[in-house]
Order: sequence, then structure tokens, then C-alpha cells
Amino acid sequence: MEILSPQAIVKSFKTTLGGGLIDSKISEREIAVKKNLFITIWINVKKEAFRKAVEHICQLQEYPHLAIISSSDLGDSVELIYHFTIYYGNHLQEISLGLRVRLPKKDLKIPTVTDLIPGAVFTERETQEMIGVEVVGIPDNRRLFLPEDFPEGVYPWRTDEKGLPNDMFRVLPGRKPK
Amino acid sequence: MTVGETRKATYTIPIGPIHPALKEPVRLDLTIDGEEVVGVDVALGHVHRGIEWLGMHRNNPIQSLYLAERICGICNVCHPFAFAMAVEQAAGITPPERAEYIRTIIAEMERIHSHLLWAGVAAHEIGFDTIFYLAWRVREDIMDVMEYVTGNRITKGMFQIGGVRRDITAEQLPRIRQSLEYYKSIFGQLKRVFLDDRTIRMRTKNVGILKREDALKLLTCGPTGRASGVAKDVRQDQAYAAYADLDIKAITPDILTGTVVGDVYDRIIVRLLEVKQSIEIIEQCIEKMPSGPILAQPKTAALLNALTKAEGEGIGRAEAPRGEVIHYVRLEAGRETVSTWKVRAPTYTNLMAMPTLLIGGQIADVPIAFASIDPCFSCTNRAVIVDRKTNKKFLLTDKELRELSIEKTRKLKC
Repeated sequence: MEILSPQAIVKSFKTTLGGGLIDSKISEREIAVKKNLFITIWINVKKEAFRKAVEHICQLQEYPHLAIISSSDLGDSVELIYHFTIYYGNHLQEISLGLRVRLPKKDLKIPTVTDLIPGAVFTERETQEMIGVEVVGIPDNRRLFLPEDFPEGVYPWRTDEKGLPNDMFRVLPGRKPK
Repeated sequence: MTVGETRKATYTIPIGPIHPALKEPVRLDLTIDGEEVVGVDVALGHVHRGIEWLGMHRNNPIQSLYLAERICGICNVCHPFAFAMAVEQAAGITPPERAEYIRTIIAEMERIHSHLLWAGVAAHEIGFDTIFYLAWRVREDIMDVMEYVTGNRITKGMFQIGGVRRDITAEQLPRIRQSLEYYKSIFGQLKRVFLDDRTIRMRTKNVGILKREDALKLLTCGPTGRASGVAKDVRQDQAYAAYADLDIKAITPDILTGTVVGDVYDRIIVRLLEVKQSIEIIEQCIEKMPSGPILAQPKTAALLNALTKAEGEGIGRAEAPRGEVIHYVRLEAGRETVSTWKVRAPTYTNLMAMPTLLIGGQIADVPIAFASIDPCFSCTNRAVIVDRKTNKKFLLTDKELRELSIEKTRKLKC
């Protein structure tokens, strides 16, 4: 397996995805005394190019490590970031790669990646229940953390009307409700 | 079905979720056929406290740092470590070099205590309580040192955004060195007890095997992954804190035995050797520690002001005793709280390997195989056995389940 420089990785995304790549950013931080670099690459892709981007990451690294999917409610859309790490197992060669995809609120669907990365089931289940993004083709459709009696259609991480309703908050004695 | 004809019946045993002595509740639903485990399902969420939600809606980042420290009682260093690094990256704060070294020393002290704690728990699970007492007795020394250096045994509050709260002074070094010497002097004994003991070998060799390919596919991290031959260690792989200055190599069991099996025994080897590695890292850090300030911005109000104005995102990654911890933080200008906070603890992905680990094994091996991933281990409180044919429920307490495990050790010994 060839280890590419961060610039070459970004370039390879450009060649593979073409117009599917919206933008990219390489962030580097100098660490401690020797000033070695902590490198993070942020790749922003269109929804249609998402699967292809994940397949490309699997080309860069056999068994890429998908740490977690983070999700943010941005008002009219939901942004998912798939936090990958590649080139692990080599001294100070590892790169964190955030694959960013934005989904409009009226079509909150994303294809599953569990066929490429079987260990992604937990984080996809969490994404479904917490932010209300439907993962199409997920092998296990159950909830992960929320209890069975939690109401349907309420997603704790949303900030719109589908987020937690006020009557679900318990106000502690002596505190004013916010 | 005619008389005399038998049908194989499988049973489902839910184990968990609550047990006061264990670290974190989780429920395992085991489908068993006789003594053999044929199916495993993991149910989570019993202690989901909505910490990320609190960080996104209630607390400012400085308050969230202390909340992050309380995500886990045992690895209470790695979470504030990763959170502080994520916020620093998002806000463009560079911690002083000396702080990076102090952070590393504290994190390694935590690894020593956590691995020894695990060693005790693992011995307890197979009914070998002499070793449980020994391991926890030995662990006390590093707890004392942590209290001496930080002021507290757990939830030490050492981490601040942009540095650490307390310096390690020259007067403190002899006490730290004394403790490191103590661990070096007993390391041979620990190794003999854990690796050469006949009972431990019998109960842990070829039990709970996780193959390298499965570990890679299921995103296993930390000592569990390394015991399966995946040389993945954030301290080695990506530059963070003082680890970036040191030459760290991920520990896999083949260093000692020449082969990788991926069983419970290999996980013991990895953790044991990591205790030694941690001692060496602390020694190197003490030796190389640069002088200088320990905080980038000592004034909390000014720091909070800067964080409110900051716009950006960052990830913090730290190698906890159980594997990689990752925090993602996004800051929006003009917003007091972080706008997105996502935490991933190592057990989150390591639990994915649980079915692979347990299927094909015996019920009596479940406690040790489950404990071997060090899953902020929780449950085994109470098991309800449901007979599918009669729908009759039997209660199997944690004690009884452990009895089964102890019984197996006894049988093997005879």
C-alpha cells in the first residue's frame, strides 16, 4: 500500500469524483517540541458522490477505520461527517479524514456503508435515531441508545420542531425552565 | 413430535444491564444451545446521559471539559484530553510544550492504573481472587502518586483548554521515580503470575478468539485490536501531545510469543507489556520535559471570550487504556456552547466484535471473554433464562453465573 501525501490524497479525490467534490481543506497543527504535524483532511462531497468517495477511501487504505459519524443540524439541512483514519500502523503517518456530506431536510437519506465497512452498524444506527437521517439498506434497523418507549419521530440532536419538545425536559428543583 | 424424539431447543439468556460493582451497564442477549453460545445481541443505552446534548445546549466549553471528565470514571483522563485537543484545534489555541508533557505523564499513569484494575477484574471473573487482590494491591501505588501529583485519585481536573492546571515540580519527581522503580521491580513477578500460571493459561488460551481480519472489519481498536495483530495505536500513529516527540511502537503479542492468536491470553500479554511501556514513556517525559508556562491563557474569562468568538472545527484523538477516544467539536462565532459535539469511546466499536468473540464458546467462558475487551465492563448482574418451549423463566444471578465460571476453573485444575 502506497502512502500518499495529503495533497496527493486531495488530488486523487478530485480525479475520482470530478464535479462531485465540492471543496477540501488540509489542516495541519504543529505538536510539542519536535513540531511533528497532526494532519486532518476535510473532504466535502455532494450527496450523489458520497458512495463513490467512501469506495475511494477503501482504495486508499484497505480496511479504513471509521471512527464515528458526527451530525449537525444546520437549519435547512443536516450535515454528516464520517470521521475516517487512514494509514494507521505506521509511525506518525496516520491521517484523519473527515468526509462531509450535506443532506437537505426534505430528503434525509444516505446509503449505508456497512457493505464496505461492516463495523459501521452501531454509528449508523445512532445517526438514524439521534438526527433522523434514514440510512438506506442498513442491516440492523433497531435503535441503539434510545429506550423502546421513546416517542417516534423525535430526534434529540435536531434543533427544529422534530427536536426534543419542552415537556420532555425535567426542571430540577430550584431551577427555572429555560 | 412423537414420544422419545427430541428436538434441539435454544435458550435466550439476557445478561445485565445493572450491577453496582461493575463499570457500565449493558445487556447481552445470549442464545445458547446446551453449553454453547450460538447467538449474541448487545443492547446499549442504559446509562445514556445525553452528555453531548448538554454540551451543545447548556454548558460553555469550559464547563463541558469537566463534564467530559465525568463520561467515564476509569478513563477520566482521555476524555478531557481529547475534548481539550478538539477545542484547541477548533479555536486555534496552541498549548505550551510543557503542558503537552504533563498531559502525557498523567495519561500514562492512568494507563498503568487502568490495566492493573483490568487484570484484577479479569482474575476475579475466572474465580482467581488471590490475583485479584494482588493486582489491586499493586495498583494502589500509582493511585497514590496520581493523588500526590494532581490532588485527586480520580476525576483529577488536570486538563484545561490550552494547558494543564498544575505543574509537576522538581520536588515531586523523586516520588514519581520511586513509584516507577517499584513497578519495574515487581514487573517480573506480575509477568510470571499472569503469563505462566497454569490456571490462567487454561482459562484464557484459545478463548474468545478475534482474528485479525475480523478485528479490521469490525473497527476494533486499542489492546483488543492489537492483541489480534492490528498494530494500531494513536500514540504511535498520529502526532499528539508529547507522544509526537517519542518513538512509540504499538505492542502486539508476537513481540513476546512470536505468534498472534487473538485470544484472551494475548490480550493479557498486550496489557501487561503496555504497563511496562507506560513506565518507559513517563521516564522519557520526565527526562525531556521542557520548562515554561503550563497554560496558554490563564484567565478563564478571557479564554471563554475567545472561545465564544472562535469559529471552526476540530477533532481530538487520544489513546485511552481501552483504545482510541475521539471527540469532534464545532464552534460557531457568537455561540456560547459548542454547536456540535460528538464523542466516541473505544468500547463503542469494540462491542461490535462481541458476537464474533463469544459465538462458539461456552457460557462459563462468557464472563472472561466479555471482560477481556475491558468494556468499561458492566453487567452480568442477573440473567433470566427463558425456556422457549414452556416459556418458564429462571433467574440466574451474577453470582451463579460466576459460579459456573469458577466451577470450570476447578474442573480444569483436577
